[in-house]
Amino acid sequence: MTPPLPATVIGGYLGAGKTTLVNHVLRHANGLRLAVLVNEFGALPIDEDLIEAESDKLISIAGGCICCSFGSDLTAALIDLCAMTPRPDHVLIESSGVAMPGAIAASVGLIEAYAPPSVVVLADTETVQTQAQDEFLGDTTLRQLHDAHLIIQSKTDLVAEPQVQAVAAWLADTNPRAAVVAAAHGRVPASVVLGPGNELPVNPHTAHADALFASEVFAVEPVTDPSALARSLADAELGVVRAKGFVRDRSGQRFLIQNVGARTSLKAVAGEAPSQMVCIGRRDQLDTDALARLFSAKCSAPADGVA
Amino acid sequence: MPVLHLQRLRKRLVSSTAMQVALPIARQCCFNRGLSHVAQNAMTNTTVYVAKKILTMNPSRPEATHVAVRDGRVLAAGDFSEVSAWGDHTLDSRFADKVLMPGFVEGHAHTMEGSLWAKVYCGWFDRGDPDGRVWPGLKSIDAVVARLSEAADALDNPTAPVSGWQLDPIYLDNVRVNRADLDRVSTERPVGVLHASGHILNVNSKALELAGLLKPGVEHPGIPLGDDGLPTGELKGPDAMTPVGPHVGFARSLLDADEDGVRNFAKLCVRTGTTTITDLASRMEPDTVEMMLRVTAEDDFPICLVPLRFFMGLSPEDLIKEVASLKSRSTERLRMGRIKVVADGSIQGFSARLRWPGYHNGAENGLWYIAPDQLGEILQRALAAGLQVHTHTNGDQATQLLLEKFASALQTAPHPDHRFTIQHCQLADAAQFRQAAKLGMCVNLFANHHFYWGDEHYALTVGPDRALRMNACRTALDSGVPLAIHSDAPVTPLGPLFTAWAAVNRITSSGRVQGEGERISVTEALHAITLGAAYTLHMDGEVGSIEVGKRADFAVLESDPTACSPGELKDIGVWGTVQGGRVFAAADL
Repeated sequence: MTPPLPATVIGGYLGAGKTTLVNHVLRHANGLRLAVLVNEFGALPIDEDLIEAESDKLISIAGGCICCSFGSDLTAALIDLCAMTPRPDHVLIESSGVAMPGAIAASVGLIEAYAPPSVVVLADTETVQTQAQDEFLGDTTLRQLHDAHLIIQSKTDLVAEPQVQAVAAWLADTNPRAAVVAAAHGRVPASVVLGPGNELPVNPHTAHADALFASEVFAVEPVTDPSALARSLADAELGVVRAKGFVRDRSGQRFLIQNVGARTSLKAVAGEAPSQMVCIGRRDQLDTDALARLFSAKCSAPADGVA
Repeated sequence: MPVLHLQRLRKRLVSSTAMQVALPIARQCCFNRGLSHVAQNAMTNTTVYVAKKILTMNPSRPEATHVAVRDGRVLAAGDFSEVSAWGDHTLDSRFADKVLMPGFVEGHAHTMEGSLWAKVYCGWFDRGDPDGRVWPGLKSIDAVVARLSEAADALDNPTAPVSGWQLDPIYLDNVRVNRADLDRVSTERPVGVLHASGHILNVNSKALELAGLLKPGVEHPGIPLGDDGLPTGELKGPDAMTPVGPHVGFARSLLDADEDGVRNFAKLCVRTGTTTITDLASRMEPDTVEMMLRVTAEDDFPICLVPLRFFMGLSPEDLIKEVASLKSRSTERLRMGRIKVVADGSIQGFSARLRWPGYHNGAENGLWYIAPDQLGEILQRALAAGLQVHTHTNGDQATQLLLEKFASALQTAPHPDHRFTIQHCQLADAAQFRQAAKLGMCVNLFANHHFYWGDEHYALTVGPDRALRMNACRTALDSGVPLAIHSDAPVTPLGPLFTAWAAVNRITSSGRVQGEGERISVTEALHAITLGAAYTLHMDGEVGSIEVGKRADFAVLESDPTACSPGELKDIGVWGTVQGGRVFAAADL
């Protein structure tokens, strides 16, 4: 059976940097065939130099990627996408500025061919707090942030560092379950937006880990309770933005763990690949020592209540 | 009959003078030989209809007994001597015992009303279909199941879907319909019933199975699960509905006109006296446009259709470009070139955007369907391009946003006669109507809503204070805002006289008068369903009243709406219509 198609919903208000992020990911797709769904073809949803061909409803992008507009029917567009040959490796859905990304993710999750998508919400460091107070947009802004598994704080180069820190703290406070990362011009590794690839282990040194981000691979000892381990990874102190990998329990059953922010997913799977986890986070926040301890603990007694 | 005789003489005199004055004498005999032919032409060219009464809506001649029609237009309206002064004519007395009004103009409906009649009507109220059959309202779930089963039995293909529409559990003690109920219709074929609100779809097990959702672990706020961990078959909101909709005959494209749907829609118009009508949110796909151009051009197509291009799917810049190009392709009976924007959701679906104090039952505020900045950009570009925008706002916060965005767009791109229209505008308060007046905006209020959901709004959604002011027709008129009123068919049935009745009486389905102070007079309501609606479409120079030069569009009524008690307005019989001088009897459809 074809594995479910992974997807990422990208939310945030107009001007928060959704398009910039999408273009950055397209440039660093690392051979992945990405399909980008946009609400409409606005003023250049895709950087011009990436476009190979353009028709009414489809833009062909360098590297076998495509961009389609879904207008008022996202479900139909998604179903069309997974019928394409070759099938895209990952779908990025750029939601409209006022859409609730969580609602979009829930709808995508209803389509059989898709895995439940992760939700990435852009927050403009300069304006997000003002916007959260806006008469018309305040509650929409907050609801979008609440929907996020991962918040990317954009335009950090336009304000002073203390302000960046203050907004980061406010974002973490607004949605304690989301991982918050700061990035100017959408410059985050594609793996932060898409999740680590399916080919494990990845070589962290080829993953465009720019100076800010680290992607570390850990060997994992068999554990008593894989689900507790997955939840432990969501502890904000560890600085893990995304994690993905395989672990075994004491009986030898193999599990796939995928985390983004505080969202954890655990699935029993077959196969023989080694027990390894990839953890991605800000270089200055990723606590590799603590992670190494966590994964090597002979009996990962669950720190219950972490989730 | 000396008078008549004299009239006839004078007519002949006029006609021969007009026809012959320029002809050389030498050709008189030839002309005489052909006279009968010419005279016949002249006579078929002008038809004088005599009616019991003609309510013209033209203040300089409010009532008449005769109307002369030539080339599809009104040549004259007055008494016989006045209209016959134009010369030879055929006197047509088929309306001698009827009352004529200007053909009604419905400024907010959807051709989907026509398309839905291909499915099974499951509503609580009696409703007439395009062929004139009145389907009795269904008063229980058992009755709904029985009617769907009957439709299923009539199908040859054992796996073809059965789809119903207009289910309204509000009237069935808010009973929750589940898949077991619809499994009684069939376990082999997918079955789906769309609610009257358009926001909930009930499906059977087979439909869930086809969509891959008959499994445990479905996580979606719009998909409740039963005790068995499986979806109950209730799908709430467009997000939950879309994966299953296509399996039960409710594809998203239902919003777009299909050929049968357009024909059915036109029949409903004839039955309700409507001659000009909008299709208020069409995606205007190229095939749809070609189909509409072809069908509306047919000699016996009885309405002027005004489709508005739905804003989604194009950037503001491309939207303006496309709509301008559509405008240039407009014909006599297909008027394109307007834009429909949707700002928020619906009040009964709790998706409308409300100002403080929000929903009466404490529900979270609704949803924006357009980003405020994008709304501002569309308004401004449309003003600059001279294209009209109609914007849906239900909640008062959505109305406020529109007013503010429009005020600033208008400063940037001034337009002296834009007539941008606020559609629904259900919760607007007096200050908002005053602001709309200052900005030169029109409103098209959802008068039918009082009747169908007024009790619900009073008790649940917005509470008494705001329920009393909903669809404030009186305030709109007193504030100087040009007013139209509408059905939003298929949300409520098409029927301008019913809509007028609703605005005049403000009676809810439980029989209460809700918001007495917002009632308007019969004359004002009749204006709203004719000239008022025409004004919001920039078509008031062309339709909306019976006066010289305007299109010969009439609603042919069995009795006089100004002579009955206001409570009987909705019960006035409609014989049919005249559209562009062509007569359409409802009985002959």
